[in-house]
Amino acid sequence: MKTKNQLALAPWVFTLGFFALWEILCHVLKISSFILPAPSTILWAVWEYRTQLAYHAMHTLWMTLAGFGLAVGFGLLLGMVLGSSRLINAGTYPLLVGFNSIPKVAVVPILVFWFGVGWVPPVMTAFLISFFPIVVNVATGIATVEPEMEDVLRALGASKRDIVFKVGVPRAMPYFFGSLKVAITLAYVGSVIGEQNASNVGIGNLLTRASAAFEVPLVWAALVVLAVLGVIMYAITAYAERSMTGWAQRSQMAA
Amino acid sequence: MSRYSPHPGLKADSPPQGEGETTERLVSAFVELHDVTHVYARAEDGLPAVQNLNLKVNEGEFAAIVGPSGCGKSTLMKLATGLQFPREGTVIVDGKQVGAPVKLAGMAFQNPTMLPWRTTLDNILLPLEIVEPHRSRLRRHKAEYVAKAESLLAQVGLKGQGDKFPWQLSGGMQQRASLCRALIHEPKLLMLDEPFGALDSFTREELWCVMRDLHAAQKVTIILVTHDLREAAFLSDRIFCMSARPGRIVAEREVEFPRPRDLELTYTPEFSNLVHELRGRIAQARQAA
Repeated sequence: MKTKNQLALAPWVFTLGFFALWEILCHVLKISSFILPAPSTILWAVWEYRTQLAYHAMHTLWMTLAGFGLAVGFGLLLGMVLGSSRLINAGTYPLLVGFNSIPKVAVVPILVFWFGVGWVPPVMTAFLISFFPIVVNVATGIATVEPEMEDVLRALGASKRDIVFKVGVPRAMPYFFGSLKVAITLAYVGSVIGEQNASNVGIGNLLTRASAAFEVPLVWAALVVLAVLGVIMYAITAYAERSMTGWAQRSQMAA
Repeated sequence: MSRYSPHPGLKADSPPQGEGETTERLVSAFVELHDVTHVYARAEDGLPAVQNLNLKVNEGEFAAIVGPSGCGKSTLMKLATGLQFPREGTVIVDGKQVGAPVKLAGMAFQNPTMLPWRTTLDNILLPLEIVEPHRSRLRRHKAEYVAKAESLLAQVGLKGQGDKFPWQLSGGMQQRASLCRALIHEPKLLMLDEPFGALDSFTREELWCVMRDLHAAQKVTIILVTHDLREAAFLSDRIFCMSARPGRIVAEREVEFPRPRDLELTYTPEFSNLVHELRGRIAQARQAA
């Protein structure tokens, strides 16, 4: 019971301790707020710029969720195709890996040529950066169906499609939800990059403008807002994972 | 070897059932492999897994296939169910040459392969979601099928356990559920690939009796692949011994112990003689390799 309480408290203690240490160091070493503002200064900036931050944060949230939603839909579809056909999998793998290795910042200018400055580039960047882990995980889940299970169903006259939908897809769900946690953080990176380079609104754009004007506390405040949003979205996907695939998390390791 | 004559002391504890079933069964080949040779496309050495294999199993018969490990017993299963097609020779099941998965087979393996996201009952109902005519009837006649699954569960000693997830059951219980899944669509052919291989000896003997009773009740043709000679001798009507790879049938032996058989049978000298004889054949087959 005691260890359980300690476990529940530990995240709070460590987080608060981290910021307290930061605050103390800033004051003791008299670090200029231009280099590293103290948490209290940042918090104050968050409050001061709250309407601006909230407006831009909502925009970023939208861009991220739109890109992430596209990535989930496309990733599931492509993952299912790759997982059920070894031929397509082998054929497209080099292309996919090659595409995934391109830093997505480098793609933003092309997106601007195509779609102009606005909401499309951030959404597209978020999508492009986050679909890959979903594809790979879903494909792995489907491709690793036990051969015995496949035999049982094929001997009954099951089609490839039956096997994919009855066994492959449900079996891939733990992999899928695991990849969502990676994808949501990546989508965030994508939308902020997109906004920095090709948008007039959003936290990314706010960051660009604030740093150009040397408004250091605002830059830090924007970062804090990003971190908080990121944690919340990660928590939501983690919760979805637990509630959808409880059957897969019965090991002692997961407890 | 002399024909087994029932021990007077045994008859009393045998479960009450119709007598002389072995002789009354229809004698027509249900599964027939004729001069079958099969090479896997992925085999690196190009050696056949089975070669010139001939085998005939009658309708309603319980056949066992024993042999040294790696002799192509599982290949034989795949050929008989139409999961693989032979390089040479013909496979005939239920009077038709096999050119596609046979659709009338149920299968169970050493690994129960239950789907962990479905309850045990839903796992057992899975074949019905695939096989016609059940596939299109399942939704409207759900209650009828659930009742059937529950009666099967009761027959294998899992009454009322259908709501549990398979991972909440022990290995032996999962294997029982796996048998139910193999039987739910009333297959005409049941293929068992070492279904009791991973169980402790007490559970295994319990499941032998479950299997014996299911066979008596359902009149299904069963092909059991096993390492366990006692298992083969206790359960089957006919035993095929396979040689080492490339697998061929080196001996065929009818088992004439009358049914219903009791576990006590396995401690009689006649039974031991049979097992001993089989053991000799396998040893020969191993040496030949």
